[in-house]
Amino acid sequence: MRAAVIQFPGSNCDRDLAVAFQKACESNKPAEMIWHKESGLPTGIDVIGIPGGFSFGDYLRCGAIAARSPIMQAVVDFANKGGYVLGICNGFQVLTETGLLPGALMRNAGLKFICKDVDLKVETTNSAYLSQYQKGDIVTYPVAHHEGNYNADADTLKALKAEDRVALRYVDTPNGAMDDIAGILSENRRVLGMMPHPERLNDTQLGGTDGHKLFQGLVEGFVTA
Amino acid sequence: MIARVFVTLKSGVLDPQGEAVKHSLGALGFEGVDKVRQGKLIELQLEETDTNKAEAQVKDMCEKLLANTVIENYTIELS
Repeated sequence: MRAAVIQFPGSNCDRDLAVAFQKACESNKPAEMIWHKESGLPTGIDVIGIPGGFSFGDYLRCGAIAARSPIMQAVVDFANKGGYVLGICNGFQVLTETGLLPGALMRNAGLKFICKDVDLKVETTNSAYLSQYQKGDIVTYPVAHHEGNYNADADTLKALKAEDRVALRYVDTPNGAMDDIAGILSENRRVLGMMPHPERLNDTQLGGTDGHKLFQGLVEGFVTA
Repeated sequence: MIARVFVTLKSGVLDPQGEAVKHSLGALGFEGVDKVRQGKLIELQLEETDTNKAEAQVKDMCEKLLANTVIENYTIELS
């Protein structure tokens, strides 16, 4: 599996995400780091990571400016051709701003920045990302965000539920997210956006490895595909 | 020509910042504030002098960047 990670000014989880991809990769190949001003992707990329952070200082709306940067058109084309795209935290916000995922992430209901470990319930395993988990598994990932309050209109919520596209739900919602939604999948189940950070719990020295299975599942998906 | 774009949350969308401002006004003794909605004002100085063209241009900007129409509405004022 070949992974690429997009870097925006203000991204701060880009290297963690690259390490997580590399660690899961059988060949131990480092992820390609791609600057936002690039207009195209290297050939042979299987998965693109949109990292967490505060791209463009969260100006205008979180992820809004990043979503219109030159590289994102290439990422949208890649996703529309069936490529895998994983957006974590600010990456999730960027993906909703591009329209690759529905809904929007709003200011936390309590208006506070939340930085803590949260329990999450795996709601579906019908996606490479979640294939190493069992449905109903409770995993613990850190969250660190000010705008993680997932919001979508009633029809969108209904569709997400009917199509089994809610990937992860909070056990105890910290941010007011509708229907406790922490992560959602695209229609083809290859684009995953999530507020919690699996890449930050990917090594025993960092406190746990709950997040590793997500990256492992992705790699297995390519091995068996 | 100056365009002023007002971006506000759609009416059904909860506005926690507006709620916090409302509570704070109440704590200061201001009575009779039933609802507070917070939004933003974006001011653009345009080269365009034709009102219709300017409005079309700014509307396009709103749809593509200035507002997230999933959760926000916008209005445009030209002067």
